Amino acid sequence: MWKYVFRRLLYLIPTVIGVTFIVFLLLFITPGDPARMILGDQATEEAVADLREEMGLNDPFLAQYGRYLYNAVFHFDIGRSYVTHAPVTQEIKAAFPATLKLATLAVVLAVVLGIPVGIFSAIKQYSILDNLAMVFALVGISMPVFWLGLLLILLFSVHLGWLPASGFDSFKYMIMPAVTLCTASLAVISRMTRSSMLEVVRQDYIRTARAKGQKERVVVWHHALGNALIPIVTIIGIQFGSLLGGAVLTESIFSVPGVGRLMVEAIKMRDYPVVQGGVLYIAILCSLVNLLVDILYAYIDPRIKSQYS
Amino acid sequence: MSAKSNENLRGVVLRFSKNRFAVLGLILIILFCLVAVFASHIAPYSYEEQDLLNTLMPPSSEHWFGTDEFGRDIFSRIIYASRVSLKVGIIAVGIGMIVGGILGAVSGYYGGWLDNLIMRAMDILLSIPSILLAIAIAASLGPGVVNIMIAIGISSVPQYARIVRGSVLSIRSQQFVIAARAVGGRDFHIIFKHILPNCMAPIIVQATLGVAWAILNTAGLSFIGLGIQPPIPEWGAMLSSGRNYIRDFSYMTLFPGLAIMITILALNFVGDGLRDALDPKMKR
Repeated sequence: MWKYVFRRLLYLIPTVIGVTFIVFLLLFITPGDPARMILGDQATEEAVADLREEMGLNDPFLAQYGRYLYNAVFHFDIGRSYVTHAPVTQEIKAAFPATLKLATLAVVLAVVLGIPVGIFSAIKQYSILDNLAMVFALVGISMPVFWLGLLLILLFSVHLGWLPASGFDSFKYMIMPAVTLCTASLAVISRMTRSSMLEVVRQDYIRTARAKGQKERVVVWHHALGNALIPIVTIIGIQFGSLLGGAVLTESIFSVPGVGRLMVEAIKMRDYPVVQGGVLYIAILCSLVNLLVDILYAYIDPRIKSQYS
Repeated sequence: MSAKSNENLRGVVLRFSKNRFAVLGLILIILFCLVAVFASHIAPYSYEEQDLLNTLMPPSSEHWFGTDEFGRDIFSRIIYASRVSLKVGIIAVGIGMIVGGILGAVSGYYGGWLDNLIMRAMDILLSIPSILLAIAIAASLGPGVVNIMIAIGISSVPQYARIVRGSVLSIRSQQFVIAARAVGGRDFHIIFKHILPNCMAPIIVQATLGVAWAILNTAGLSFIGLGIQPPIPEWGAMLSSGRNYIRDFSYMTLFPGLAIMITILALNFVGDGLRDALDPKMKR
């Protein structure tokens, strides 16, 4: 088992290096002179030229990338913000907990609600409730996350005055952002659970379990769900990634002080190192989640585990 | 076209037309395309004409969806905005499909180190959430319609590459491909004439859902100020400016959002319907 985890960890390294390459490439092709951005419009040409030399901006692309990678790996240094001049890592670290909290809450909500809805839809296939749930799911997938956020604000903050529209101080503040963020994933997870369960409930061993007089609850939750879980876990892993992407929009609507809002503010200020730094951190987090999903596979399905032991 | 493929096509059309949601979606999409093409004939006002005496007017018989902070007619702007969405949706998907399709086909057909190299690169791109990749690319290229198309197109390349590669792998060793090779067909000819036409089904489904995804993300990028720039109307940008007035003029956020949702919902209906119709085994 540990051999498997170790091998998957090794596999992470080229991915992360690849992501740093993309992020650096995007920074490199961004128009505008970083030295000029740092010094501002008032600085003399000479000062800008000096800083360019000092920052190594006149070096060839690969030399610059090599230095970026070296600093990123050994010093956790991925540049400084053009605006605040603080290290990008520091800014992201400060914003990361809010994003992580929001995304985790959303994923938990999506799983806790999505799987039961999917199971129910599958065992009551083509019933009114099944059709209703699946239409809702499709609406959920089609709903732009930023529009849903605005509608919730309109209803619960403006009209009813129940929930605060912005900030992230206590649980009350997290409800609307988390519901907004989780809706699309909830829809995807319930659809996946339904179709995965539908495949399984037709199998012989389910009929056998029922035939031997097993309680329906045990048949559904143990025999069926256990075998339907692999594609569901896969989709949850993928959803976590798109949740982190969606967090960028959600945070900006509800003024959640997370990485997403940091990035959106940075985009407005043309603070590119912060934008690309945010991309880098979120991509690494996504890779870690994928790793976790792969390890979970082995726990769920002993057949996968036995391949590596 | 042979009699057999005619029969297949008839089966697909029949299965598709039995799906009520899919047909509804198709009708909505045709309407959407007509609205986009004939926007200048349908819209009662121009999209940039300002009427500063009638700003922030609620919906009325003159302005069906009200007016915005510059007195522009929101209904007309929503009509015109469908053009941008349609254009970005089609071209971005085109970019993703062509680039991803070629990469996937080459990867699946040749295999070996080339396959490894391409697919590892795709894995890296896939490790970045696609909306985030689109944001990163759009931030580097700067705002504008063309840059948005490129950003969204590139960020969807890995999905097409994977699908096409998978399909090519499953077809590569079938007899008609081996036969084509045996009679001396060149690789290019075999890939484009024999292999790709036979793996269109998953590509068509992905493309339909891809247009929905592209429209949604264009709106998202415009919402955070990275996408289409004023005065060109775009649904996401309209929502973004409407949110400043949400307290008193909520209709400004209501209608553009509704337009996005109906369009995406219609595309999803059609995508789902196509998937079920093209592959009866995968039904729901």
